[in-house]
Amino acid sequence: MMNAMIRDFIMQGGQMLLVLTISPLLLGFVRKVKARLLRRQGPPLLQPYRDLTRLMRKDVVLADNASWLFRAIPYVVFAATWVAASLVPTFRSGLLFSWTADLIAIIAILGCARFFLALAGMDTGTSFGGIGSSREVMIASLAEPAMLMIVFAIALIAGSTQLSFMAAFMNSPAVGLRVSLGLGLIALIIVALAENGRIPVDNPATHLELTMVHEAMVLEYSGRHLALIELAAALKLVLYLSLIACLFAPWGIAPGTTEPKLLLIGVVTYIAKLAVLGTLLAIFETAIAKMRVFRVPEFLGAALMLALLATLLRFVSRSF
Amino acid sequence: MHGLTFDIAHMLAGSLVLVSFIELYQDRLSALLNTFALHAFVLAASVAWQAFVQDAPHLYITALIALVFKAIVIPVVLHRIVVQLGIHREIENVYGVGLAMLVGIGLVALSMVVMLRVTAEADPLAREDLAFALSVVLIGLLMMVTRRNAVSQVVGFMSLENGLVLAATGAKGMPLVVEISVAFSVLIAFIVIGIFLFRIRERFDTVDMQAMDKFRGEQR
Amino acid sequence: MITDALFGVLALVALAPLAITLSASSKAGSAIYGACLIATVALLTIALVALIGQQVASTVTLPFGLPWLGAHFRIDALSAFFMAVINLGGAAASLYALGYGRHEHAPQRILPFFPAYLAAMNLVVLADDAFSFLVSWEFMSLSSWALVIAHHRVAGNLRAGYIYLLMAGFGTLTLLLGFGLLAGPDGHYAFDAIRASHPSVALASLVLFLALIGAGSKAGLVPLHAWLPLAHPAAPSHVSGIMSGVMTKVAIYGFIRIAFDLLGPPQWWWSLAVLAVGGISAVMGVLYALMQSDLKRVLAYSTIENIGLIFASLGLALAFKAYGMSFAAALALTAALLHVFNHSLFKSLLFFGSGAVLHATGTRDMEQLGGLIHRMPKTAFVFLVGCAAISALPPLNGFVSEWLTFQAILVSPQLPSWGLKLMVPGVGALLALSAALAAACFVRVYGITFLGRPRSDAAHTAKETDAFSLAAMMALAALCLIAGIVPGLFIDALAPIVQTLTGGHMPVQIGTQWMSQWLSIVPIAESRSSYNGLLVFVFMGLTGMIAAFAIHRLASDKIRRGPAWGCGFAGTGPQTQYTASSFAQPIRRVFGTLVFRARETGDMPPPGSTAPARLTVQVHDLVWEALYAPVARAVGVIAERLNYLQFLTIRRYLTLVFAALIVLLMVLAIWP
Repeated sequence: MMNAMIRDFIMQGGQMLLVLTISPLLLGFVRKVKARLLRRQGPPLLQPYRDLTRLMRKDVVLADNASWLFRAIPYVVFAATWVAASLVPTFRSGLLFSWTADLIAIIAILGCARFFLALAGMDTGTSFGGIGSSREVMIASLAEPAMLMIVFAIALIAGSTQLSFMAAFMNSPAVGLRVSLGLGLIALIIVALAENGRIPVDNPATHLELTMVHEAMVLEYSGRHLALIELAAALKLVLYLSLIACLFAPWGIAPGTTEPKLLLIGVVTYIAKLAVLGTLLAIFETAIAKMRVFRVPEFLGAALMLALLATLLRFVSRSF
Repeated sequence: MHGLTFDIAHMLAGSLVLVSFIELYQDRLSALLNTFALHAFVLAASVAWQAFVQDAPHLYITALIALVFKAIVIPVVLHRIVVQLGIHREIENVYGVGLAMLVGIGLVALSMVVMLRVTAEADPLAREDLAFALSVVLIGLLMMVTRRNAVSQVVGFMSLENGLVLAATGAKGMPLVVEISVAFSVLIAFIVIGIFLFRIRERFDTVDMQAMDKFRGEQR
Repeated sequence: MITDALFGVLALVALAPLAITLSASSKAGSAIYGACLIATVALLTIALVALIGQQVASTVTLPFGLPWLGAHFRIDALSAFFMAVINLGGAAASLYALGYGRHEHAPQRILPFFPAYLAAMNLVVLADDAFSFLVSWEFMSLSSWALVIAHHRVAGNLRAGYIYLLMAGFGTLTLLLGFGLLAGPDGHYAFDAIRASHPSVALASLVLFLALIGAGSKAGLVPLHAWLPLAHPAAPSHVSGIMSGVMTKVAIYGFIRIAFDLLGPPQWWWSLAVLAVGGISAVMGVLYALMQSDLKRVLAYSTIENIGLIFASLGLALAFKAYGMSFAAALALTAALLHVFNHSLFKSLLFFGSGAVLHATGTRDMEQLGGLIHRMPKTAFVFLVGCAAISALPPLNGFVSEWLTFQAILVSPQLPSWGLKLMVPGVGALLALSAALAAACFVRVYGITFLGRPRSDAAHTAKETDAFSLAAMMALAALCLIAGIVPGLFIDALAPIVQTLTGGHMPVQIGTQWMSQWLSIVPIAESRSSYNGLLVFVFMGLTGMIAAFAIHRLASDKIRRGPAWGCGFAGTGPQTQYTASSFAQPIRRVFGTLVFRARETGDMPPPGSTAPARLTVQVHDLVWEALYAPVARAVGVIAERLNYLQFLTIRRYLTLVFAALIVLLMVLAIWP
């Protein structure tokens, strides 16, 4: 009993450490692939780690007007994102805390991080922060319902909002090819692009004032605060890619077991899935241009409609 | 008919609805024409799959007609027309994309409620095919209503007709003669509309339908 | 039990004349609010004992009211729950008013009505016959109307009071009609008799829609909401908190009592209307809220959103109940009741916070505020808790009830009706949209009011509010957190109500094995969904603290201050900050063009000119323009026509009276 408990704890801790350590690597990998696609050498794979440690060691420069909330928010955002990321099955399902929050709650926890980040943008009293926050909440006001509708569509098929059970269902032959799932996948990809501030919604590399969203919000952050926020952004990318992998490519995830062989398979397939998805992301981002800010609502509205359509089409699927 | 065969038929028919939505979303003419080609292509695939499943070789002909005429000939010709008319870069939309999509969703829900209730005893594949087909027809009509450009109205009309073909193949036992005649009547309609397009253009210097309203004194 | 409760209410009623006699004294405020606090806490205790003790309903009949009927009062699980909500809100408001009330200029305009208002709301939920129910309901409307026009010299408040009075009268009228139809020609007004009477389907449907209109207009459902955003902010802030947080809940009680208790088995298609109205109210309410820049009005509109959410859950519960899915009905009804409780907590908290801001700065206009987190740190903290709770962020309480609603929606495919099957996910989309927009709305409220730099001198010199107000707000904030991390306790407490109203119940959340389940809530089965607020809270707290500790220890903990980046322009003033309306601009462009026909026109001066550029934004309230304005115009036209009757000769007046008499006599003659 006690041993099983400890093993479970170790598994959960392992997942938390895995997502935390792998997230800067994924970022570096995507950047590298993008650079190679453009025939550039690109920064080394480990560059994000170096950036983060460098930022951690630097002093924080706070704006004159910044309040205690501004200083607390990086920790809140980081904690919320990390907790959410550690609840998505990566290499093993049925983790100790997996029933702490189902998929709806995970989305809400991410919403919590975004809520506070948007507040941080408004705290220093500059127009940049305001522009970033107001655009972020506009994007979120469409992306979040789209995400919830995706959850509805998939949960209505899988009969659960618990990710471990959903993954298990998606791995079973009961799934079949369903239009709903296809629509859900497209919508999920759109939402993931928007939530992570990737092209075509936002450009993670831009610092041109009029086009930026996420970067404008965190413009006043520096030092360890910035490091935490960047780490949280990296974690969020890992979270969404893991979510796509766990729902639409659930192969190789070790069920609630501690057998080393299965776990090893789980870890290896997980990293392979991340690599494939990261490459696809890089190719997509290289191939497409960034949208005007006011085109984004249409883009996300399409995701919302697709997700709603997926929920409706579910009723003509096989089980009925 | 179980398992994978059903799934693939379901996938293809569902994709047709999806492509209809993509058509609604496009506001650039050339992109719209490409999407329409995709629409016809998915239709052809769907019909071909039905031919395989139902073991009805005459459906292959229907698929071939769809593929050759609708997926290749008509889009290419329309592309040419659009380029000749010099409107290939034009952007047009009467109501917002969002509203059109919302209405589209409502139409899909409506056609599902209607079809699934009426055909409760029918074979599940035909049932869902009919539901999908009705959605495609309704979205085609919606497209004709919300667009002001004659070319996009033609596209709306064509995708409406694609929906009818889908319904016909799903319903089993539609004679080949009927299908061929439907296909040719559509083709003729297309030619007539094409000629008209040029006449309209000569007369009004535009293919914007609102210009004709203005001519009749119906401008809002 | 019921007699104890009635004595408590009597004490509150007695406070009203006492307040009038005391009004000269300077201590009157403290005395009355203190007494209100004691009475409401006593009533709260009674309600909790009745709710948790799970006793059988106790009744009493008093010898007044209709002569053949008497006044029936009864306390059962449902009324005990709503009584608890009322008195919790009342106690918090009384505590808050101990400090806040001191700043009132004319306390004699508020003090007599405040206890009367509290008493009236208690009476509504205790009433057990239609007559006492309606009398208490009207008593509640009138006393709150008096409070709305307490500050009658402030521009707009009299108009707010006038519209409120009209709409309240309209609501009572529909309820009166509904009860009249239920009671039948023989006048069986007692709820027991109505319950036993099994009305026909047509009659029951008519009554349901009348109740939806009557209770909905009190609760603020779109399109009957027009009075709410005018009246709630007009009242003094502690009363606003009660009106928004508590009185709307009394209206919901009225609807639940009629729809789930008195009418017997529901029809499935009733739920269509309730669901549609609920979903639309949720989205419209929050969109309206996003367009406002008056702090208290934003909160009032957000009440409409939450009421919409509650009605959507109630609609689901009706649908499930109609098809005998008692288990799912229990889930949906629990979600609705839990949100009733949660909303009463955080809406009161937010109104109290806005009252503190109003007192400290003298304005409710967000465009004049900003930077209050530096001047009012404690208020800012509790207000933040309220904002996070109402935005449905875990681990706070708003999320739990919203999550339960979504879980109930996910059961909807098992409904047999195709219309409902396809409609419920659509309503789910509306609710999801409203939840996301609510978060946007409260980022805006908090960011503009408390963060940034002060936009006016008043905001610059604001002072922290008094200890009583803070205590009330902190208590509510603490309750928000507790209800968020151990929701199982509250769900279990609701079980008896849900059991009697739907015939089903959710699984026991905190059973004998609560240690091994770590207090998670499981609405259906563990394989479907579960949520554990406590663990989320602990988990987030721990990871955040570990990160902070590790970074401060291992990396750096130094801080320097410097000016914010202004793109090279030094010393930009606070006017360059984002304002409330500019913050809402993207959302206005996305949703407002459709919903409000919002238009922006920019007026740029030519190059070289020093004239200011102007941006004009036009927003139309389409509901008002399409529904209320024509009615008002029609009334105006008719009044104009009838004005003619004021200027007749005496002979004509006599003719009129004579004609009326003859007509009446003829009716009598023809009547069978």
